[in-house]
Amino acid sequence: MKNLKKQPKNRVLDWSAEFETLAKISVNPLLQKFYQAGAVSALAPIESVQLLAMDVETTGLDSQSHSIVSIGVMPFTLNRICCGNSLYWVIKPSSELNEKSVTFHHITHAEILDAPVFSQVLDPLLEAMAGRVIVVHYRNIERAFLDQAVRRYLGEGLKFPVIDTMQLEAHFHRQKISWFGRLIGRKQESIRLADSRSRLNLPAYHAHHALTDALATAELLQAQIATHYSPLTPVGELWN
Amino acid sequence: MQIELQEISDHLYRFAPFDALPKESVDAIARRIEVSYFKAGSDILEAGATIQDLHYVRSGAVEIYRRNGELYDRLVEGDLFGQAGLLRSNKVRFPARALEDSLIYYIPADVFADLCAQHDAFADFVEAEGNSRLKTAVEAQGRASELIQLKCRALISRPLVWVTSDISVGGAARIMTEQSVSCVLVMSPAGLKTAEIEGIVTDRDLRTRFVAVGLNADETRASDIMTVDPVVIGSDDSVFEAMLVMLRRNIHHLPVVHDGNPIGLINLSDIIRYESHSSLYLVNRISNQTSVEGLRSLLRDLRGTYIRMVRDGATAHMIGSAISGIGRAFTQRLLELAEKKLGPPPVPYCFMVLGSMARDEQLLVTDQDNALVLDDSFDPIQHDSYFRALATFVSDGLAACGYSYCKGGVMATNEQWRQPLKVWRSYFDQWIEKPNPTTLLNSCIFFDLDGVFGKLELVQELKDLCARKASTHPVFLSAMARIALNRTPPLGFFRTFVVETDGQQKRIINLKGRGTAPLTDLIRIHALACGSTAQNSFDRMDAIARSKVIPPEALKQLRYALEFLSMVRIRHQADALEQGASLNNYIEPERFSSSERHNLKEAFQVLSNGQNFLRFRYPSKGRF
Repeated sequence: MKNLKKQPKNRVLDWSAEFETLAKISVNPLLQKFYQAGAVSALAPIESVQLLAMDVETTGLDSQSHSIVSIGVMPFTLNRICCGNSLYWVIKPSSELNEKSVTFHHITHAEILDAPVFSQVLDPLLEAMAGRVIVVHYRNIERAFLDQAVRRYLGEGLKFPVIDTMQLEAHFHRQKISWFGRLIGRKQESIRLADSRSRLNLPAYHAHHALTDALATAELLQAQIATHYSPLTPVGELWN
Repeated sequence: MQIELQEISDHLYRFAPFDALPKESVDAIARRIEVSYFKAGSDILEAGATIQDLHYVRSGAVEIYRRNGELYDRLVEGDLFGQAGLLRSNKVRFPARALEDSLIYYIPADVFADLCAQHDAFADFVEAEGNSRLKTAVEAQGRASELIQLKCRALISRPLVWVTSDISVGGAARIMTEQSVSCVLVMSPAGLKTAEIEGIVTDRDLRTRFVAVGLNADETRASDIMTVDPVVIGSDDSVFEAMLVMLRRNIHHLPVVHDGNPIGLINLSDIIRYESHSSLYLVNRISNQTSVEGLRSLLRDLRGTYIRMVRDGATAHMIGSAISGIGRAFTQRLLELAEKKLGPPPVPYCFMVLGSMARDEQLLVTDQDNALVLDDSFDPIQHDSYFRALATFVSDGLAACGYSYCKGGVMATNEQWRQPLKVWRSYFDQWIEKPNPTTLLNSCIFFDLDGVFGKLELVQELKDLCARKASTHPVFLSAMARIALNRTPPLGFFRTFVVETDGQQKRIINLKGRGTAPLTDLIRIHALACGSTAQNSFDRMDAIARSKVIPPEALKQLRYALEFLSMVRIRHQADALEQGASLNNYIEPERFSSSERHNLKEAFQVLSNGQNFLRFRYPSKGRF
């Protein structure tokens, strides 16, 4: 609990109310159903919240010009990560797979030949996400790419609460370096997934497989809460 | 679509028992794994809570406790826990706590149950406390069990050739030639029962006792040159036991009896066909040496035999017996050479060995422990100079052959241990009637005793005395128990350390002092308590089994533990020997394989349970 004081004065978002509104204004039945499933109260203790770790691999960093090539999701709670309910899709990208990104996520042209397009996985993906708080490492990718992909397909975007383990890590390891620190060449600590995990004594995994990264992110959140927070921390202090 | 969790299945696949499963099964487990992170110091399992999963340490370190709070084990990456609770009533039996930040993989109960049902090796591995893992390990390492499984009757290749004791030597020789055998059984004219076996005549007897002496072929009876009352072996006894008898007695022919009737003869060459490591040949060569130098030159062969036995997969019992047999042969030959040098003994005596050689459990690194039991007609003034010289000759000879002098001075060269039978009786009476843990500590070694040369009856009397007397002196047994409980096993291993029961960590373990020795100590006490004269620990356990002092299941575990601990010690000595390293009983934990660690841990547990039972059976009275 002691660390709560250090938490920045976040605007505590009321995703629950937001979802009620979104359920009313959204047009597509898939999205209506997703929003109707609701969002947990911002006051709910994190230990009681149903979570879903997610990782998407993309052809590049720009959600406008690049596409999703794979998605991995791993449902979990603070106590248990359930591999048995995990899901993973390779997706045929709308943009060309470029050589550079192939070396990155190891998904090849052959693999995507028979892969579904994004619209074919949207239904099960939304079903997996419904009622859960999404956990990612660096929220800008997942949020932006999913929003863009849904927008492209349904004509309206997708909003959802996200706990960003990278942001949590930045909070504890990216304090402003003083002029003296800079003078003696003190470096910022890395908050990349692998480095964050290693700081919390989590084992090294092979990176850039969407499902492994989702698992790695779920474990990281468990470790961060066990190390820096109480299991009773309201989820509203963690998400955005 | 099949979801692959390569990261998880690859890790499982590196560790036992998953390493022995088909890859598809491990992938299937990985798909069902659940995961949780535990901060150092946090509880993973609390006593009495419900348990639904097998736990697997993915990273970090975990401490397991008994319910009374005692440390039970310290686990690292790749180790399993929670199986004891899963196998019994789904309640946590041993609480667990994270020693370091740890990532735990859970294998759900239904997956666990399927694995146990489908893969025997997996079931054996996780069978908590069952020690079936130890059993499996022991059975797997005793591959060369042919000698043990094969019965003596299988070696009988022809009908028994026999003569009656009143036949002339010439007649016997003719029959041996006609039948082309090297040995005949000499029966009483009264019949053909085992009880009527009078002796045995071999080619060698014809040479040494007849031709060389120049007797008349028609006037001399077979009974005049035969070996009287030969040792016999049962038809259902194993070839290994026949080998032991030949090793110990240095004889080459054994009559085989069945249902009270002799049915055939087996000889050395019959057995050697099955015994590739040639310990019997070595014994034969030892008895042909004419000098200490000659004996000493056989040291290399002894080491070669030892390594061959280990590599052939012989059991600890077989190796211990063979090496002891070889040690006895050295001792016997030295005594023969001593008598040749010093002349015949002035009074009858028996050369007594103590400790591991008496138990038939000797290995290569060993001290000599011996004594002389002299006939009661012994007069120190007249006779002791002879026996002192004899003892010195043998002791020096043994030291030259690698059996180093006993640091505790338990050698026949020490006057205290070179005494007539009546003095020995008074020693044992004293030890048993008025036990004093301090003096017993030094004389414990005398409760493993055996005669190897001379008038064996002298030592047999002492063995009988111990067996008869010890069982009726509970205070003595309690004193022995106190001593046996001085040496305890460690808890287990943690990374490159030995973990003690109090949680301390050490870099090295003495596998004899912390394993086999305390185990043989506790077996000795139970054997003495049930009045057995057996010396070998396995034979003693047979005697204990008959008296039902220890529940059969517990006794079975003790057997496996002794066999396993001995084998690990034996194998490490063989490895050191091959690498030209010096031999000792100290081993660094990093030299144990992961399966050896698991099995050692179980063997230590069995020993610890055995010691608890001993403590319970002989509670400390606070005085002796």
